[in-house]
Amino acid sequence: MILASLAPLQYAIFLLVAVAATTVVLTRDVQRQIVVNGFYGILLVILLVVLAAPDVALSMLAVSTVGYPLVVLIAIAKSRDR
Amino acid sequence: MTSVLPYLVAGWICVIGLYGIVTSRHLIHLALCLTVTQSSTYILLLSIGYVNGGGPPIFKGVKLGTTAVDPVVQSLTLTDIVVSLTVLALILALALDVHDELDTMDPDKIVELQG
Amino acid sequence: MTRSVRIGILVPALGLFGFLLAWALVGIPSFGNYRGSYGYILNRVVTPERHMTNVVTGVVFDYRGFDTMGEEFILFAAVVGVVLLLRQGGREEPGDLKDSVGSDGVRLGGTLAVGVCVLVSLWLVAYGFVTPGGGFQGGAALASSVLLVFLVASHKAWSGVASNRVLDPFEGVGAGGYVVIGLGALIGGLPFLTNVLGPGTAGTLWSGGSAAFVNWSAGMEVAAANLILFTEFIDEYVVPLAAEK
Repeated sequence: MILASLAPLQYAIFLLVAVAATTVVLTRDVQRQIVVNGFYGILLVILLVVLAAPDVALSMLAVSTVGYPLVVLIAIAKSRDR
Repeated sequence: MTSVLPYLVAGWICVIGLYGIVTSRHLIHLALCLTVTQSSTYILLLSIGYVNGGGPPIFKGVKLGTTAVDPVVQSLTLTDIVVSLTVLALILALALDVHDELDTMDPDKIVELQG
Repeated sequence: MTRSVRIGILVPALGLFGFLLAWALVGIPSFGNYRGSYGYILNRVVTPERHMTNVVTGVVFDYRGFDTMGEEFILFAAVVGVVLLLRQGGREEPGDLKDSVGSDGVRLGGTLAVGVCVLVSLWLVAYGFVTPGGGFQGGAALASSVLLVFLVASHKAWSGVASNRVLDPFEGVGAGGYVVIGLGALIGGLPFLTNVLGPGTAGTLWSGGSAAFVNWSAGMEVAAANLILFTEFIDEYVVPLAAEK
């Protein structure tokens, strides 16, 4: 699987990842930020596949789409009840 | 200029994550900005190991000797990603403890405890 | 530390960081021109020597197995920290919450999905030395698959599957098993974590020798640690709900 002919794809995905990271930080409302973080995680998975790293992409997928939202949403629910 | 773009992107993500940590107003927002800063290290490591025209370092059904990217940096990154979930859970448990004690989630309002 | 003091420290630090980044970018080899030597050596040597076709898992569990033991103990220590923080105070059992899922489609599809996802996760762990996969990825996927039980059934079903009595021994066996397997080689007079069972055949399930057992113990430990975290957090959320009904 040769990826040399996909150079415009690589540059596009790097720029998208930079924009998504900026959006995650600049979202101040916590409930919206976790959704944007999930989207950022999927963009990172695409970047990892483009950089020829399938093992890393598998672990990022399993962790960032299930683990992060569960833990953060329960923390938000607990810290809002008072 | 474009051939050092990955390193610039990694540096930019690290800086924006640090900015988010310093100017944060909610402890959970702070924890998520910390994970953004961590992800910049993954991008940096994997960009260093990339070989032009290289495929993944898996050789099942692939002839030995085809160009493949560096496997060592991938091994460092993949254990780090799984561990970062546990560390995030620990940080959130500490934040919930702070909320139980002081009834606030704002880092600026946490005054030092006496005694 | 007030906000203006924090920003006052951040701005000079960012200036220094920017200067160092610019200085590094002047002399760095451009993207794609990999200069290190270990990548090329490993890609040539691992499959003939150790009969593993997945070089990354070979590096994680065989060539650098000692570092992976350290990572596992980070995981173990963080889970112990979370359990100590969240299990104190004598939380009472939630009892029967009567919160079963109403939609039949979710229950049917979800029950089928749990079986399929658990099998795929076990496959990821088992074939870690052949195709992309391994203990860490398979363990995280296994924890997510068991979490599906909470989403498609009630809390009672979930606490039957993921109780503390089941998960704590799993995690201990996974973390301790790694060290015991390494010590087994030490008893025989060889260095710690040597591959004593011989390489096996490349491309099949039996490839990797005693590194395969280390793979399974890491997968077990990662799955159990993640499930303990999920259990602690879900109980934090569910117990006040049960108390107010």
